[in-house]
Amino acid sequence: MKVGVFTFGGGYAMIPLIQKETVEKKHWITNEEIVDIIAVAESTPGPIAVNSATFIGYKVAGVLGSIFATLGLVIPSFLIIFVISLFYEQFMAIGFVKSIFKGLSIGVIILIANAFFKLKKTIKLNLSTTILFIVISTYLIINYFLEITIPFFTLLLILFGFVFGIVTETILKGKRK
Amino acid sequence: MIYLTLFYTFFLIGLFTFGGGYAMIPMITEQVTAKGWMSISELQNFIAISEMTPGPFAINIATFIGSRVGGIFGSVCATLGVVLPSLIIIIIVAIILNKFLNNKYVKGALFGVRPVVMALILSTAITFLFKAVIPYTDGAIQSFNRQAFGLIISLGFYVILYKKVNKKALNPILILLLSGLLGLIIF
Repeated sequence: MKVGVFTFGGGYAMIPLIQKETVEKKHWITNEEIVDIIAVAESTPGPIAVNSATFIGYKVAGVLGSIFATLGLVIPSFLIIFVISLFYEQFMAIGFVKSIFKGLSIGVIILIANAFFKLKKTIKLNLSTTILFIVISTYLIINYFLEITIPFFTLLLILFGFVFGIVTETILKGKRK
Repeated sequence: MIYLTLFYTFFLIGLFTFGGGYAMIPMITEQVTAKGWMSISELQNFIAISEMTPGPFAINIATFIGSRVGGIFGSVCATLGVVLPSLIIIIIVAIILNKFLNNKYVKGALFGVRPVVMALILSTAITFLFKAVIPYTDGAIQSFNRQAFGLIISLGFYVILYKKVNKKALNPILILLLSGLLGLIIF
């Protein structure tokens, strides 16, 4: 799949491209199915780009199709990055490159903050989830100074989120009815 | 066995990433520092490179870290690890599509995981910021990095201003180009 080659900057940038290639040019799927694909890609774990490629591959040609679509997406990135990684050390030894990367690391902080604001725009929180959000982020920020490291803490937090969501959404709502 | 470690680390990361590539950063940061694979600043370089090269961010960063830690075979393991959970889960979900999207437990779990992901991403941005401006180790602030502070303020201000004036966000690649250019001037 040539979608992989032309995607700069993450999964969401791919969606219009996927639409053009698979709906308009190749007629593999319909526009309505694209909506399903995005919904599934977002609500399942894993990178959105990989999820959508796998899903489309499956729709078009079954399990084998999904494997090939995913490989097609992965291989171009893999090759490009692998070549870059080989020259990384020599590249970073150059003085001005170091300065550029010091600047870039600040740019990265802005990008991550940007990703947060984008999420904040699309996700609606209610009272309980807002409290959850505030408690966790406050703890994690304070933890920079506490320097406590718990292995797989991030994973535990995510699992906690699942349980929290299932409990508040199904059991408590069930009681109210 | 470094290859196995790379594979299962990225398998877990792939399995627990919700909401796109950037949601991976908190867990990647935790894992690479815990395992002593690289420093935060090196990881930030990798993030910048992964963002600036074509292809999905998640694949790029996995390949990059894998390659640096374990050579070509390491990069294959890391990339396979990050892709495999998606492949398996999506095939299952594609078969039971409507049941999956309407299941109340799935809905509940997603409802609960979103604020956690938001908190993780926000705190990653803030701790990266702290690390750049006020490096803190062994119970004390080591220094105050004025250049980094100035850069983040001016760049942040510019990004917000751009959004307000043009009603659309500045392209991530442009943000990075700008920050690289400023880095060249300041540092």
